[in-house]
Amino acid sequence: MDITFDQVSYVYQPGSPFEHRALQDISFSIQSGSFVAIIGHTGSGKSTLLQHLNGLMQPTSGRVSVGPYDMEAGKKNKRLRELREKVGVVFQYPEHQLFEETVSKDIAFGPENFGVEEQEIQTRITEAVRATGLSEELLERSPFDLSGGQMRRVAISGVLAMNPEVLVLDEPTAGLDPSGQREIMDMFHNLHKEKQLTTVLVTHSMEDALKYADHIIILNNGEMYREGTPLEIFKQKEALEAVQLDVPEVIEFLAKVEEKMNIRLPYEGQSVAELAKDLARMVKGGRDLE
Amino acid sequence: MSHFPGNSQLSRGGEELEKNQIEFRNVSFRYHDEAPWVLRDVSFKIDADEWVAIIGHNGSGKSTIAKLMNGLLFPQEGEILVSGQKVEPDTIWDVRKQVGMVFQNPDNQFVGTTVRDDVAFGMENHGMPRELMVERIRESLQAVSMTDYERQEPHRLSGGQKQRVAIASVLAVSPKYIILDEATAMLDPKGRKEIMQTIRDVQGARNLSLITITHDLQEVTQADRVIVMNNGEVWMEGTPRDIFSEKDRLIDIGLDTPFISKLADELMNAGLTISREPLNHQELLEELWTLHSTK
Repeated sequence: MDITFDQVSYVYQPGSPFEHRALQDISFSIQSGSFVAIIGHTGSGKSTLLQHLNGLMQPTSGRVSVGPYDMEAGKKNKRLRELREKVGVVFQYPEHQLFEETVSKDIAFGPENFGVEEQEIQTRITEAVRATGLSEELLERSPFDLSGGQMRRVAISGVLAMNPEVLVLDEPTAGLDPSGQREIMDMFHNLHKEKQLTTVLVTHSMEDALKYADHIIILNNGEMYREGTPLEIFKQKEALEAVQLDVPEVIEFLAKVEEKMNIRLPYEGQSVAELAKDLARMVKGGRDLE
Repeated sequence: MSHFPGNSQLSRGGEELEKNQIEFRNVSFRYHDEAPWVLRDVSFKIDADEWVAIIGHNGSGKSTIAKLMNGLLFPQEGEILVSGQKVEPDTIWDVRKQVGMVFQNPDNQFVGTTVRDDVAFGMENHGMPRELMVERIRESLQAVSMTDYERQEPHRLSGGQKQRVAIASVLAVSPKYIILDEATAMLDPKGRKEIMQTIRDVQGARNLSLITITHDLQEVTQADRVIVMNNGEVWMEGTPRDIFSEKDRLIDIGLDTPFISKLADELMNAGLTISREPLNHQELLEELWTLHSTK
């Protein structure tokens, strides 16, 4: 589903001494089927923005559209329920929200609430645990007897069982070990492609933004700071540092190579092996010329 | 699978050293009688002034080790010695004066209404005289660069600032050992940098042993020594350089190597000679520079 923000502002506790403007005049469009990363330091407005995507928050001014659903300041949206069926949100540390007696009941909770038929729910549970890599043997266990990594996968399965068209991910890999992080992100990326989802990822990891996203939005103090493709964004080292963000390590290292050795090797999404081949050739090339 | 590189402490030996060590002797632990073992026959030593990183996949037993070190849990088998004293229910108050802990979630470790009160809390528990407390608050906030925030309410601080205050609270009690249990996991990149800088400063300035439990590989490269846990057992012990040269095996047990280490590996595959496993950009750049300028 296409997502559009049109001059969206959001103010917490307006008119009180605690008034705080969390989003300021934000406009952007995300095409259906894109994988978008939203980055920015803590307090930049990422979480506030994210909560507009499924109508948990309504703009103080401006308009948010997600597919056919509009949320406009001052107007009541009667189709929030439909919107929430289409937009799946994986919040930070989603395993803290598990509550049912068994894994399968926990996964079924969302679709049951939206009146999905029993047989269809069973199919969805099977698909969801397959996607998240949970063994079906765990379905009748209590989610609280599982490891942290497994609990995270149960919580994510619950969101997937809603069959969302838009997937919103708020730092989905925080606290996982390196292989757990890779597995979860690869899984979301595969689902994104297979089911042609529109995916919005909030992340602190520039590496993940570079690896998975096709579009990046940077927020700073509630305002849109930059947007563009990962390669466009990560060329702007100084602009990123000005808002306390880093460039991904591969780009940083190549910049140092250029500075120190005058070897220019632009990053264009090459794998580490491809980069190494080019770099080795150029390093040796220097020797051959002399 | 596990192997132990030569243990240098053995040759140095002596009572004095033991006084400033944490030692695990054949420790096994499980949560109850029918539960699977979380730790199996774990032995290692952590020396004074040493920074040791403990890494391992989720569920490998890392955090259990931390909880055993300051008596939040007790082992079924084996023993744990902190400065030569066995950790058991009777000694935990002595042990906890020496072993400070900083946990993952910055929001779960505040008790005071101001930064100052919070740092004072631990000392009050240890019955410290007021003049000494005032002095210690000043010193420890200075050590983490948070002096200007003494009167602030903790909830108004950023995640990185909160964790620095948590470190100050631990420092104020003058422990010999500080354990950081995934203390940077919930922070943004800026917060992580702040904490890592603080840790380096503190370790440089005081005679402290640091034990950091982490998934962050960048953090691991800065430690003196690394203990790798796998399924409740010590899988490998060594310097970061030793550890990260075991790339394929690390990936097999759910871990990973830093980018720079992967790049060095691929550069060797592409025919370059890299003389030693690089730990940071500077080291790899120097290798490349040498190759580039050699005729």
